[in-house]
Amino acid sequence: MAEIVLQTNGISKSFGALKASDNISLDLRAGEIHALIGPNGAGKSTLIKQIAGNMQPDNGTVQFLGRDVTALDTVARARLGLGRTFQISALAMEFTVLQNAVLGALGERGGVFRFFRPVMKDRALLERAREALKRVGLQDHAATRTAELSHGQRRQLEVAVALTLKPKAFLMDEPMAGLGAGGSKRLTGFLDGLRAEAPILLVEHDMDAVFALADRISVLVYGQVIATGTAAEIRSNAEVRRAYLGEEDAA
Amino acid sequence: MARETYINAALTLALVLVPLWAWSTGQAYILTLCTKVAILALAGVGLNIALGLGGLVSFGHAAFFGIGGYAMGILASHAQIMDPIAEWPFLIEGTKSMPVIWLVAMLASAFAALLIGALSLRTSGVYFIMITLAFGQMLYYFTIGWPAYGGEDGLSIYVRNSFPGLNTLVPAQFLILAYVILGLALLFSARLARAPFGLALTAARQNADRVETVGITPFKLRLVAFVISGAITGLAGALFADLNRFISPTMFSWHTSGEIMIFVILGGVGRLYGPVAGAALFILLEHLLGGISDYWLIYVGALLLGVVLFARGGLIGTLAGREVAHG
Ligand SMILES: Nc1ncnc2c1ncn2[C@@H]1O[C@H](COP(=O)(O)OP(=O)(O)OP(=O)(O)O)[C@@H](O)[C@H]1O
Ligand SMILES: [Mg+2]
Repeated sequence: MAEIVLQTNGISKSFGALKASDNISLDLRAGEIHALIGPNGAGKSTLIKQIAGNMQPDNGTVQFLGRDVTALDTVARARLGLGRTFQISALAMEFTVLQNAVLGALGERGGVFRFFRPVMKDRALLERAREALKRVGLQDHAATRTAELSHGQRRQLEVAVALTLKPKAFLMDEPMAGLGAGGSKRLTGFLDGLRAEAPILLVEHDMDAVFALADRISVLVYGQVIATGTAAEIRSNAEVRRAYLGEEDAA
Repeated sequence: MARETYINAALTLALVLVPLWAWSTGQAYILTLCTKVAILALAGVGLNIALGLGGLVSFGHAAFFGIGGYAMGILASHAQIMDPIAEWPFLIEGTKSMPVIWLVAMLASAFAALLIGALSLRTSGVYFIMITLAFGQMLYYFTIGWPAYGGEDGLSIYVRNSFPGLNTLVPAQFLILAYVILGLALLFSARLARAPFGLALTAARQNADRVETVGITPFKLRLVAFVISGAITGLAGALFADLNRFISPTMFSWHTSGEIMIFVILGGVGRLYGPVAGAALFILLEHLLGGISDYWLIYVGALLLGVVLFARGGLIGTLAGREVAHG
Protein backbone atom coordinates (compact mmCIF):
# COMPACT_ATOMS: atom_id res chain seq x y z
CA MET A 1 0.00 0.00 0.00
CA ALA A 2 1.24 3.46 -0.87
CA GLU A 3 2.60 5.69 1.84
CA ILE A 4 0.12 7.89 3.74
CA VAL A 5 0.80 11.58 3.14
CA LEU A 6 -2.08 13.18 4.97
CA GLN A 7 -4.37 11.81 7.61
CA THR A 8 -7.17 12.94 9.89
CA ASN A 9 -7.78 11.03 13.08
CA GLY A 10 -11.25 11.30 14.56
CA ILE A 11 -11.82 14.95 13.72
CA SER A 12 -14.95 16.47 15.21
CA LYS A 13 -16.27 19.99 14.94
CA SER A 14 -19.60 21.36 16.11
CA PHE A 15 -21.28 24.70 15.44
CA GLY A 16 -23.68 24.85 18.34
CA ALA A 17 -25.95 21.83 17.97
CA LEU A 18 -24.77 21.18 14.41
CA LYS A 19 -22.12 18.51 14.02
CA ALA A 20 -20.26 19.63 10.92
CA SER A 21 -17.51 17.04 11.39
CA ASP A 22 -18.34 13.89 13.26
CA ASN A 23 -15.34 11.73 14.11
CA ILE A 24 -13.82 11.87 10.63
CA SER A 25 -10.84 9.64 9.94
CA LEU A 26 -9.53 9.47 6.44
CA ASP A 27 -6.22 9.49 4.68
CA LEU A 28 -4.58 10.55 1.46
CA ARG A 29 -1.90 8.33 -0.02
CA ALA A 30 0.99 9.05 -2.35
CA GLY A 31 -0.04 9.12 -6.00
CA GLU A 32 -3.79 9.04 -5.48
CA ILE A 33 -6.77 11.23 -5.95
CA HIS A 34 -9.09 10.83 -3.02
CA ALA A 35 -12.45 12.41 -3.75
CA LEU A 36 -14.68 13.69 -0.99
CA ILE A 37 -18.30 13.91 -2.03
CA GLY A 38 -21.51 14.64 -0.20
CA PRO A 39 -24.62 16.80 -0.39
CA ASN A 40 -24.56 20.56 0.20
CA GLY A 41 -23.86 21.37 3.82
CA ALA A 42 -22.44 17.92 4.54
CA GLY A 43 -19.29 19.44 6.01
CA LYS A 44 -16.78 19.04 3.19
CA SER A 45 -15.42 22.58 3.28
CA THR A 46 -15.38 22.50 7.07
CA LEU A 47 -13.14 19.45 6.93
CA ILE A 48 -10.84 21.09 4.37
CA LYS A 49 -10.53 24.14 6.62
CA GLN A 50 -9.48 21.99 9.55
CA ILE A 51 -6.92 20.19 7.45
CA ALA A 52 -5.57 23.46 6.04
CA GLY A 53 -5.38 25.05 9.48
CA ASN A 54 -8.02 27.79 9.12
CA MET A 55 -10.18 26.12 11.71
CA GLN A 56 -9.27 24.20 14.85
CA PRO A 57 -11.10 20.88 15.38
CA ASP A 58 -12.87 20.35 18.72
CA ASN A 59 -11.39 16.87 18.79
CA GLY A 60 -9.01 14.78 16.76
CA THR A 61 -5.71 15.39 15.02
CA VAL A 62 -4.33 16.08 11.57
CA GLN A 63 -1.14 14.39 10.43
CA PHE A 64 0.86 15.54 7.46
CA LEU A 65 4.05 13.87 6.24
CA GLY A 66 4.19 11.87 9.45
CA ARG A 67 3.91 14.94 11.69
CA ASP A 68 1.10 15.99 13.93
CA VAL A 69 0.24 19.42 12.53
CA THR A 70 -2.92 20.03 14.54
CA ALA A 71 -1.32 22.86 16.50
CA LEU A 72 0.20 24.56 13.45
CA ASP A 73 -1.47 27.50 11.73
CA THR A 74 -2.31 27.84 8.04
CA VAL A 75 0.98 29.52 7.22
CA ALA A 76 3.06 26.79 8.82
CA ARG A 77 1.05 24.05 7.10
CA ALA A 78 1.38 25.81 3.75
CA ARG A 79 5.12 26.02 4.26
CA LEU A 80 5.24 22.31 5.00
CA GLY A 81 3.67 21.72 1.59
CA LEU A 82 -0.10 21.83 1.75
CA GLY A 83 -1.39 23.43 -1.43
CA ARG A 84 -4.97 24.50 -1.08
CA THR A 85 -7.63 25.94 -3.36
CA PHE A 86 -10.75 27.61 -2.03
CA GLN A 87 -14.37 26.91 -2.85
CA ILE A 88 -14.98 30.66 -2.89
CA SER A 89 -12.00 32.07 -4.74
CA ALA A 90 -9.54 33.76 -2.42
CA LEU A 91 -7.44 35.80 -4.79
CA ALA A 92 -6.11 39.32 -4.86
CA MET A 93 -8.78 40.72 -7.15
CA GLU A 94 -6.98 43.97 -8.03
CA PHE A 95 -3.89 42.07 -9.14
CA THR A 96 -3.29 40.73 -12.58
CA VAL A 97 -3.49 37.00 -13.04
CA LEU A 98 0.30 36.91 -13.30
CA GLN A 99 0.73 38.85 -10.05
CA ASN A 100 -1.38 36.32 -8.19
CA ALA A 101 0.76 33.52 -9.54
CA VAL A 102 3.96 35.41 -8.70
CA LEU A 103 2.69 35.84 -5.15
CA GLY A 104 2.47 32.07 -4.88
CA ALA A 105 5.96 31.62 -6.26
CA LEU A 106 7.21 34.26 -3.83
CA GLY A 107 5.59 32.48 -0.90
CA GLU A 108 7.29 29.25 -1.91
CA ARG A 109 10.71 30.79 -2.46
CA GLY A 110 10.67 33.12 0.53
CA GLY A 111 12.43 36.48 0.67
CA VAL A 112 9.28 38.50 1.17
CA PHE A 113 11.04 41.14 3.24
CA ARG A 114 12.88 42.69 0.34
CA PHE A 115 12.15 46.30 -0.30
CA PHE A 116 13.89 47.49 -3.45
CA ARG A 117 13.99 45.13 -6.40
CA PRO A 118 10.80 45.02 -8.48
CA VAL A 119 9.22 41.65 -7.90
CA MET A 120 7.62 41.60 -11.35
CA LYS A 121 11.10 41.64 -12.88
CA ASP A 122 12.33 38.65 -10.92
CA ARG A 123 13.07 36.11 -13.64
CA ALA A 124 12.90 33.02 -11.46
CA LEU A 125 9.54 33.96 -9.95
CA LEU A 126 8.07 34.97 -13.32
CA GLU A 127 9.16 31.74 -14.91
CA ARG A 128 7.59 29.66 -12.16
CA ALA A 129 4.39 31.71 -12.31
CA ARG A 130 4.09 31.59 -16.10
CA GLU A 131 4.67 27.86 -16.13
CA ALA A 132 1.87 27.32 -13.62
CA LEU A 133 -0.51 29.53 -15.63
CA LYS A 134 0.33 27.61 -18.75
CA ARG A 135 -0.38 24.29 -17.10
CA VAL A 136 -3.92 25.34 -16.22
CA GLY A 137 -4.46 27.07 -19.55
CA LEU A 138 -4.42 30.68 -18.35
CA GLN A 139 -1.25 31.78 -20.12
CA ASP A 140 -3.18 34.11 -22.45
CA HIS A 141 -4.76 35.88 -19.48
CA ALA A 142 -1.56 36.69 -17.62
CA ALA A 143 -2.12 40.44 -17.94
CA THR A 144 -5.84 40.33 -17.18
CA ARG A 145 -7.11 41.85 -13.96
CA THR A 146 -8.21 39.00 -11.73
CA ALA A 147 -11.55 40.68 -11.02
CA GLU A 148 -12.33 40.42 -14.73
CA LEU A 149 -11.94 36.65 -14.86
CA SER A 150 -14.99 34.41 -15.03
CA HIS A 151 -15.71 32.23 -12.02
CA GLY A 152 -14.31 29.22 -13.78
CA GLN A 153 -11.10 31.03 -14.68
CA ARG A 154 -10.70 32.14 -11.08
CA ARG A 155 -10.92 28.51 -10.08
CA GLN A 156 -8.19 27.70 -12.60
CA LEU A 157 -6.07 30.48 -11.17
CA GLU A 158 -6.55 29.05 -7.68
CA VAL A 159 -5.12 25.81 -9.00
CA ALA A 160 -2.26 27.63 -10.71
CA VAL A 161 -1.30 29.44 -7.50
CA ALA A 162 -1.34 26.14 -5.66
CA LEU A 163 0.98 24.73 -8.34
CA THR A 164 3.53 27.49 -7.80
CA LEU A 165 3.87 26.29 -4.21
CA LYS A 166 5.17 22.88 -5.35
CA PRO A 167 3.09 21.27 -2.63
CA LYS A 168 3.43 17.77 -1.22
CA ALA A 169 -0.36 17.40 -1.18
CA PHE A 170 -3.23 19.30 -2.75
CA LEU A 171 -6.49 20.19 -1.05
CA MET A 172 -8.96 21.27 -3.69
CA ASP A 173 -12.42 22.48 -2.82
CA GLU A 174 -14.61 22.25 -5.93
CA PRO A 175 -12.05 23.28 -8.54
CA MET A 176 -14.46 22.46 -11.40
CA ALA A 177 -17.34 24.65 -10.27
CA GLY A 178 -18.25 27.18 -12.93
CA LEU A 179 -15.88 25.78 -15.51
CA GLY A 180 -18.42 24.53 -18.04
CA ALA A 181 -18.20 21.21 -19.82
CA GLY A 182 -15.09 21.93 -21.90
CA GLY A 183 -13.09 23.47 -19.08
CA SER A 184 -14.15 20.75 -16.72
CA LYS A 185 -12.94 18.09 -19.09
CA ARG A 186 -9.58 19.79 -19.55
CA LEU A 187 -9.06 20.24 -15.82
CA THR A 188 -10.00 16.58 -15.32
CA GLY A 189 -7.25 15.63 -17.73
CA PHE A 190 -4.83 17.89 -15.96
CA LEU A 191 -5.60 16.60 -12.45
CA ASP A 192 -5.25 13.08 -13.77
CA GLY A 193 -1.59 13.77 -14.49
CA LEU A 194 -1.07 15.93 -11.42
CA ARG A 195 -1.60 13.09 -8.94
CA ALA A 196 1.83 11.74 -9.88
CA GLU A 197 3.38 14.96 -8.54
CA ALA A 198 1.38 15.12 -5.34
CA PRO A 199 -1.77 13.38 -4.14
CA ILE A 200 -5.03 15.32 -4.24
CA LEU A 201 -7.85 15.44 -1.74
CA LEU A 202 -10.60 16.56 -4.08
CA VAL A 203 -13.96 17.94 -3.02
CA GLU A 204 -16.15 17.95 -6.10
CA HIS A 205 -19.79 17.94 -7.08
CA ASP A 206 -19.08 17.07 -10.70
CA MET A 207 -19.74 13.33 -10.56
CA ASP A 208 -18.38 12.62 -14.03
CA ALA A 209 -15.07 14.09 -12.96
CA VAL A 210 -15.12 12.28 -9.63
CA PHE A 211 -15.85 8.86 -11.08
CA ALA A 212 -13.33 9.39 -13.87
CA LEU A 213 -10.53 10.53 -11.58
CA ALA A 214 -10.81 9.18 -8.08
CA ASP A 215 -8.76 6.25 -6.90
CA ARG A 216 -10.88 6.30 -3.79
CA ILE A 217 -14.03 8.15 -2.85
CA SER A 218 -15.28 9.06 0.61
CA VAL A 219 -18.89 10.03 1.09
CA LEU A 220 -19.69 12.60 3.74
CA VAL A 221 -23.26 13.02 5.01
CA TYR A 222 -24.16 15.16 8.02
CA GLY A 223 -20.53 15.35 9.04
CA GLN A 224 -19.98 11.60 8.95
CA VAL A 225 -18.02 9.51 6.48
CA ILE A 226 -20.57 6.86 5.60
CA ALA A 227 -18.40 5.03 3.08
CA THR A 228 -14.93 4.97 1.58
CA GLY A 229 -14.00 2.90 -1.44
CA THR A 230 -13.29 2.71 -5.15
CA ALA A 231 -15.67 4.23 -7.66
CA ALA A 232 -17.29 0.84 -8.27
CA GLU A 233 -17.71 0.17 -4.57
CA ILE A 234 -19.27 3.55 -3.95
CA ARG A 235 -21.63 3.23 -6.90
CA SER A 236 -22.96 -0.07 -5.64
CA ASN A 237 -23.12 0.96 -1.98
CA ALA A 238 -26.78 0.93 -0.93
CA GLU A 239 -26.38 3.45 1.89
CA VAL A 240 -24.63 5.92 -0.41
CA ARG A 241 -27.29 5.55 -3.05
CA ARG A 242 -29.97 6.25 -0.51
CA ALA A 243 -28.24 9.14 1.22
CA TYR A 244 -26.70 10.88 -1.69
CA LEU A 245 -26.69 9.50 -5.19
CA GLY A 246 -30.37 8.68 -4.89
CA GLU A 247 -31.09 12.33 -4.37
CA GLU A 248 -29.54 13.08 -7.72
CA ASP A 249 -31.62 10.44 -9.48
CA ALA A 250 -34.73 11.92 -7.97
CA ALA A 251 -33.74 15.45 -8.97
CA MET B 1 3.61 55.37 -20.07
CA ALA B 2 0.63 55.51 -17.75
CA ARG B 3 -1.35 58.72 -17.40
CA GLU B 4 -0.58 58.76 -13.69
CA THR B 5 3.12 59.19 -14.47
CA TYR B 6 2.40 62.38 -16.42
CA ILE B 7 0.20 63.72 -13.67
CA ASN B 8 2.92 63.04 -11.11
CA ALA B 9 5.44 64.77 -13.33
CA ALA B 10 3.16 67.79 -13.75
CA LEU B 11 2.65 67.98 -10.00
CA THR B 12 6.39 67.79 -9.43
CA LEU B 13 6.92 70.55 -11.96
CA ALA B 14 4.33 72.76 -10.28
CA LEU B 15 5.94 72.18 -6.90
CA VAL B 16 9.25 73.30 -8.35
CA LEU B 17 7.95 76.24 -10.39
CA VAL B 18 5.87 77.83 -7.65
CA PRO B 19 8.80 78.33 -5.26
CA LEU B 20 11.07 79.39 -8.15
CA TRP B 21 8.56 82.09 -9.01
CA ALA B 22 8.16 83.03 -5.35
CA TRP B 23 11.91 83.16 -4.92
CA SER B 24 12.48 85.33 -7.97
CA THR B 25 9.76 87.73 -6.85
CA GLY B 26 10.98 87.69 -3.27
CA GLN B 27 7.91 86.17 -1.60
CA ALA B 28 9.50 84.25 1.24
CA TYR B 29 6.08 83.46 2.65
CA ILE B 30 5.25 81.28 -0.35
CA LEU B 31 8.53 79.43 0.06
CA THR B 32 7.56 78.59 3.61
CA LEU B 33 4.14 77.42 2.45
CA CYS B 34 5.77 75.11 -0.10
CA THR B 35 8.07 73.78 2.60
CA LYS B 36 5.02 73.08 4.72
CA VAL B 37 3.38 71.24 1.83
CA ALA B 38 6.46 69.07 1.38
CA ILE B 39 6.68 68.22 5.07
CA LEU B 40 2.99 67.44 5.44
CA ALA B 41 3.13 65.41 2.23
CA LEU B 42 6.00 63.47 3.79
CA ALA B 43 3.81 62.67 6.80
CA GLY B 44 1.18 61.49 4.33
CA VAL B 45 3.70 59.37 2.39
CA GLY B 46 4.34 57.60 5.68
CA LEU B 47 0.66 57.03 6.39
CA ASN B 48 0.05 55.96 2.81
CA ILE B 49 2.32 52.94 3.27
CA ALA B 50 0.14 51.68 6.12
CA LEU B 51 -3.19 52.90 4.76
CA GLY B 52 -2.77 52.71 1.01
CA LEU B 53 -0.63 49.62 0.62
CA GLY B 54 -1.52 47.77 3.80
CA GLY B 55 -5.15 48.86 4.17
CA LEU B 56 -4.43 49.74 7.80
CA VAL B 57 -6.70 52.62 8.77
CA SER B 58 -4.50 54.16 11.44
CA PHE B 59 -6.14 57.03 13.22
CA GLY B 60 -3.10 57.45 15.42
CA HIS B 61 -0.34 58.60 13.13
CA ALA B 62 -0.17 61.80 15.15
CA ALA B 63 1.68 59.64 17.69
CA PHE B 64 4.61 59.28 15.29
CA PHE B 65 4.38 62.84 14.02
CA GLY B 66 4.48 64.02 17.64
CA ILE B 67 7.31 61.71 18.66
CA GLY B 68 9.36 63.03 15.76
CA GLY B 69 8.55 66.56 16.82
CA TYR B 70 9.39 65.97 20.45
CA ALA B 71 12.60 64.15 19.51
CA MET B 72 13.62 67.38 17.78
CA GLY B 73 12.35 69.56 20.63
CA ILE B 74 14.06 67.61 23.36
CA LEU B 75 17.40 67.32 21.58
CA ALA B 76 17.43 70.95 20.44
CA SER B 77 16.23 72.45 23.71
CA HIS B 78 18.95 70.70 25.68
CA ALA B 79 21.55 71.83 23.19
CA GLN B 80 20.12 75.34 23.38
CA ILE B 81 20.67 75.59 27.16
CA MET B 82 23.70 73.32 27.06
CA ASP B 83 22.26 70.98 29.62
CA PRO B 84 22.74 67.26 28.95
CA ILE B 85 19.61 65.12 28.59
CA ALA B 86 21.10 62.43 30.80
CA GLU B 87 24.37 61.94 32.61
CA TRP B 88 23.81 58.41 33.74
CA PRO B 89 24.42 55.62 32.75
CA PHE B 90 26.26 57.59 30.11
CA LEU B 91 26.26 61.15 28.95
CA ILE B 92 23.56 62.03 26.43
CA GLU B 93 23.75 65.56 25.16
CA GLY B 94 21.34 67.56 23.09
CA THR B 95 22.16 68.42 19.51
CA LYS B 96 21.29 70.98 16.88
CA SER B 97 22.39 68.76 14.03
CA MET B 98 19.50 67.88 11.73
CA PRO B 99 20.86 64.55 10.53
CA VAL B 100 21.26 63.34 14.10
CA ILE B 101 17.83 64.65 15.06
CA TRP B 102 16.23 62.97 12.04
CA LEU B 103 17.87 59.68 12.90
CA VAL B 104 16.67 59.85 16.50
CA ALA B 105 13.19 60.91 15.38
CA MET B 106 12.92 57.99 12.97
CA LEU B 107 14.27 55.44 15.41
CA ALA B 108 12.01 56.64 18.22
CA SER B 109 8.89 56.67 16.08
CA ALA B 110 9.78 53.33 14.50
CA PHE B 111 10.12 51.86 17.98
CA ALA B 112 6.78 53.37 19.03
CA ALA B 113 5.19 51.98 15.86
CA LEU B 114 6.59 48.56 16.69
CA LEU B 115 4.96 48.62 20.14
CA ILE B 116 1.68 50.17 19.01
CA GLY B 117 1.53 47.94 15.94
CA ALA B 118 2.30 44.76 17.86
CA LEU B 119 -0.72 45.46 20.07
CA SER B 120 -3.16 47.04 17.64
CA LEU B 121 -2.56 44.89 14.56
CA ARG B 122 -4.09 41.94 16.36
CA THR B 123 -7.40 43.69 15.83
CA SER B 124 -8.95 44.98 12.65
CA GLY B 125 -11.67 47.24 11.36
CA VAL B 126 -13.15 49.71 13.78
CA TYR B 127 -11.20 48.28 16.74
CA PHE B 128 -7.93 48.98 14.99
CA ILE B 129 -9.02 52.56 14.32
CA MET B 130 -10.00 53.01 17.97
CA ILE B 131 -6.83 51.50 19.42
CA THR B 132 -4.54 53.59 17.25
CA LEU B 133 -6.60 56.64 18.15
CA ALA B 134 -6.30 55.78 21.84
CA PHE B 135 -2.50 55.49 21.65
CA GLY B 136 -2.27 58.87 19.99
CA GLN B 137 -4.50 60.49 22.61
CA MET B 138 -2.54 58.83 25.42
CA LEU B 139 0.64 60.49 24.22
CA TYR B 140 -1.25 63.74 23.73
CA TYR B 141 -2.35 63.84 27.37
CA PHE B 142 1.05 62.65 28.48
CA THR B 143 2.81 65.59 26.83
CA ILE B 144 0.22 68.02 28.22
CA GLY B 145 1.25 66.87 31.67
CA TRP B 146 4.98 66.92 30.97
CA PRO B 147 6.22 70.27 32.30
CA ALA B 148 9.87 69.64 31.46
CA TYR B 149 9.11 70.32 27.80
CA GLY B 150 6.50 73.02 28.12
CA GLY B 151 3.46 70.96 29.04
CA GLU B 152 0.32 72.30 27.47
CA ASP B 153 2.03 75.46 26.20
CA GLY B 154 4.59 73.67 24.14
CA LEU B 155 8.18 74.66 23.69
CA SER B 156 9.94 77.10 21.41
CA ILE B 157 13.30 76.44 19.80
CA TYR B 158 14.95 79.77 19.09
CA VAL B 159 17.26 78.92 16.25
CA ARG B 160 16.53 76.45 13.49
CA ASN B 161 18.71 73.34 13.64
CA SER B 162 21.68 73.06 11.35
CA PHE B 163 22.57 70.99 8.36
CA PRO B 164 26.22 70.64 7.25
CA GLY B 165 26.96 73.07 4.43
CA LEU B 166 23.58 74.84 4.48
CA ASN B 167 22.15 77.88 6.14
CA THR B 168 18.80 76.43 7.15
CA LEU B 169 17.48 79.82 8.21
CA VAL B 170 17.33 80.86 4.58
CA PRO B 171 13.84 79.75 3.50
CA ALA B 172 14.99 78.52 0.10
CA GLN B 173 17.67 76.31 1.62
CA PHE B 174 15.34 74.74 4.13
CA LEU B 175 12.82 74.25 1.33
CA ILE B 176 15.37 72.37 -0.75
CA LEU B 177 16.14 70.15 2.21
CA ALA B 178 12.47 69.32 2.70
CA TYR B 179 12.00 68.69 -1.03
CA VAL B 180 14.97 66.35 -1.22
CA ILE B 181 13.73 64.34 1.73
CA LEU B 182 10.23 64.14 0.27
CA GLY B 183 11.73 63.06 -3.05
CA LEU B 184 13.74 60.32 -1.39
CA ALA B 185 10.70 59.14 0.55
CA LEU B 186 8.64 59.02 -2.65
CA LEU B 187 11.38 57.08 -4.39
CA PHE B 188 11.55 54.67 -1.49
CA SER B 189 7.81 54.14 -1.34
CA ALA B 190 7.58 53.66 -5.11
CA ARG B 191 10.19 50.93 -4.94
CA LEU B 192 8.62 49.42 -1.86
CA ALA B 193 5.26 49.15 -3.61
CA ARG B 194 6.80 47.15 -6.45
CA ALA B 195 9.13 45.04 -4.35
CA PRO B 196 8.30 41.56 -3.07
CA PHE B 197 7.26 43.17 0.20
CA GLY B 198 4.83 45.51 -1.56
CA LEU B 199 3.27 42.67 -3.54
CA ALA B 200 2.68 40.60 -0.42
CA LEU B 201 1.46 43.58 1.62
CA THR B 202 -1.06 44.70 -0.98
CA ALA B 203 -2.18 41.10 -1.42
CA ALA B 204 -2.77 40.86 2.33
CA ARG B 205 -4.95 43.97 2.12
CA GLN B 206 -7.06 42.37 -0.61
CA ASN B 207 -7.24 38.85 0.73
CA ALA B 208 -5.45 37.71 3.88
CA ASP B 209 -6.46 34.07 3.33
CA ARG B 210 -4.64 34.04 0.03
CA VAL B 211 -1.44 35.30 1.62
CA GLU B 212 -1.59 32.73 4.43
CA THR B 213 -2.23 29.97 1.95
CA VAL B 214 1.00 30.72 0.12
CA GLY B 215 2.86 30.56 3.42
CA ILE B 216 3.24 34.23 4.36
CA THR B 217 2.01 35.68 7.68
CA PRO B 218 -0.06 38.86 7.11
CA PHE B 219 0.63 40.11 10.64
CA LYS B 220 4.37 40.30 10.03
CA LEU B 221 3.87 42.17 6.76
CA ARG B 222 1.56 44.65 8.43
CA LEU B 223 3.81 45.19 11.41
CA VAL B 224 6.83 45.92 9.22
CA ALA B 225 4.71 48.26 7.08
CA PHE B 226 3.45 50.01 10.19
CA VAL B 227 6.99 50.53 11.49
CA ILE B 228 8.23 51.93 8.17
CA SER B 229 5.14 54.10 7.98
CA GLY B 230 5.62 55.40 11.52
CA ALA B 231 9.29 56.18 10.93
CA ILE B 232 8.54 58.31 7.85
CA THR B 233 5.73 60.19 9.58
CA GLY B 234 8.07 60.67 12.56
CA LEU B 235 10.68 62.22 10.29
CA ALA B 236 8.02 64.58 8.99
CA GLY B 237 7.21 65.52 12.58
CA ALA B 238 10.84 66.45 13.26
CA LEU B 239 10.92 68.62 10.13
CA PHE B 240 7.59 70.22 10.93
CA ALA B 241 8.85 71.14 14.40
CA ASP B 242 11.92 72.64 12.79
CA LEU B 243 9.82 74.58 10.31
CA ASN B 244 7.82 76.16 13.11
CA ARG B 245 10.65 76.11 15.64
CA PHE B 246 8.00 75.03 18.05
CA ILE B 247 6.56 71.83 19.46
CA SER B 248 3.35 71.34 21.38
CA PRO B 249 0.99 68.53 22.38
CA THR B 250 -1.20 69.48 19.39
CA MET B 251 1.21 67.49 17.25
CA PHE B 252 -0.12 64.40 19.02
CA SER B 253 -3.81 65.23 18.91
CA TRP B 254 -6.32 63.33 16.85
CA HIS B 255 -6.80 66.45 14.74
CA THR B 256 -3.32 65.90 13.44
CA SER B 257 -4.04 62.22 12.72
CA GLY B 258 -7.17 63.30 10.90
CA GLU B 259 -5.36 65.91 8.86
CA ILE B 260 -2.69 63.47 7.73
CA MET B 261 -5.44 61.08 6.75
CA ILE B 262 -7.24 63.85 4.87
CA PHE B 263 -4.12 64.53 2.79
CA VAL B 264 -4.00 60.90 1.77
CA ILE B 265 -7.71 60.58 1.04
CA LEU B 266 -7.97 63.88 -0.85
CA GLY B 267 -4.97 63.03 -2.97
CA GLY B 268 -5.75 59.37 -3.48
CA VAL B 269 -5.31 56.43 -1.13
CA GLY B 270 -2.53 54.11 -2.26
CA ARG B 271 -1.41 56.46 -5.04
CA LEU B 272 2.26 57.32 -4.94
CA TYR B 273 1.61 61.07 -5.28
CA GLY B 274 -1.66 61.01 -3.38
CA PRO B 275 -0.26 62.58 -0.21
CA VAL B 276 1.58 65.23 -2.24
CA ALA B 277 -1.54 66.23 -4.15
CA GLY B 278 -3.61 66.09 -0.97
CA ALA B 279 -1.25 68.19 1.14
CA ALA B 280 -0.83 70.72 -1.66
CA LEU B 281 -4.59 71.04 -2.11
CA PHE B 282 -5.13 71.33 1.65
CA ILE B 283 -2.57 74.09 2.08
CA LEU B 284 -3.82 75.85 -1.03
CA LEU B 285 -7.37 75.84 0.32
CA GLU B 286 -6.17 76.97 3.72
CA HIS B 287 -4.32 79.81 2.03
CA LEU B 288 -7.16 80.85 -0.29
CA LEU B 289 -10.19 80.23 1.89
CA GLY B 290 -8.60 80.80 5.29
CA GLY B 291 -8.41 84.51 4.47
CA ILE B 292 -12.10 84.67 3.57
CA SER B 293 -13.64 82.67 6.36
CA ASP B 294 -12.58 81.21 9.69
CA TYR B 295 -14.72 78.26 8.82
CA TRP B 296 -12.73 77.24 5.77
CA LEU B 297 -12.45 73.69 7.07
CA ILE B 298 -16.15 73.28 6.33
CA TYR B 299 -15.25 73.50 2.64
CA VAL B 300 -12.51 70.95 3.10
CA GLY B 301 -15.08 68.74 4.81
CA ALA B 302 -17.46 69.09 1.88
CA LEU B 303 -14.66 68.31 -0.54
CA LEU B 304 -13.69 65.26 1.48
CA LEU B 305 -17.26 64.07 1.44
CA GLY B 306 -17.33 64.49 -2.31
CA VAL B 307 -14.15 62.49 -2.72
CA VAL B 308 -15.35 59.67 -0.49
CA LEU B 309 -18.74 59.52 -2.21
CA PHE B 310 -17.87 60.11 -5.83
CA ALA B 311 -14.13 59.90 -6.38
CA ARG B 312 -12.63 57.11 -4.35
CA GLY B 313 -9.29 57.48 -6.07
CA GLY B 314 -8.97 61.05 -4.80
CA LEU B 315 -7.43 63.79 -6.92
CA ILE B 316 -4.87 61.51 -8.55
CA GLY B 317 -7.36 58.72 -9.10
CA THR B 318 -9.88 61.05 -10.70
CA LEU B 319 -7.30 62.47 -13.07
CA ALA B 320 -5.45 59.25 -13.84
CA GLY B 321 -8.22 56.67 -13.79
CA ARG B 322 -7.90 53.24 -12.31
CA GLU B 323 -4.51 52.18 -11.15
CA VAL B 324 -2.55 50.26 -13.71
CA ALA B 325 -1.15 47.04 -12.32
CA HIS B 326 2.61 47.18 -11.92
CA GLY B 327 4.75 45.23 -14.33
N1 LIG C 1 -18.33 29.09 10.72
C1 LIG C 1 -19.51 28.43 10.78
N2 LIG C 1 -20.38 28.69 11.76
C2 LIG C 1 -21.56 28.05 11.84
N3 LIG C 1 -21.95 27.10 10.98
C3 LIG C 1 -21.12 26.79 9.97
C4 LIG C 1 -19.86 27.45 9.82
N4 LIG C 1 -19.24 26.93 8.73
C5 LIG C 1 -20.08 26.01 8.23
N5 LIG C 1 -21.20 25.91 8.96
C6 LIG C 1 -22.31 24.98 8.73
O1 LIG C 1 -21.74 23.68 8.73
C7 LIG C 1 -22.35 22.87 7.74
C8 LIG C 1 -21.29 22.34 6.80
O2 LIG C 1 -20.84 23.40 5.98
P1 LIG C 1 -19.75 23.19 4.85
O3 LIG C 1 -19.48 24.48 4.24
O4 LIG C 1 -18.61 22.44 5.39
O5 LIG C 1 -20.54 22.27 3.82
P2 LIG C 1 -20.08 21.72 2.40
O6 LIG C 1 -20.17 20.24 2.48
O7 LIG C 1 -18.79 22.29 2.01
O8 LIG C 1 -21.26 22.25 1.48
P3 LIG C 1 -21.21 22.76 -0.05
O9 LIG C 1 -21.28 21.56 -0.91
O10 LIG C 1 -22.44 23.59 -0.18
O11 LIG C 1 -19.97 23.54 -0.24
C9 LIG C 1 -23.39 23.74 7.06
O12 LIG C 1 -24.64 23.46 7.64
C10 LIG C 1 -22.96 25.14 7.37
O13 LIG C 1 -24.07 26.00 7.44
MG1 LIG D 1 -18.15 23.53 0.57
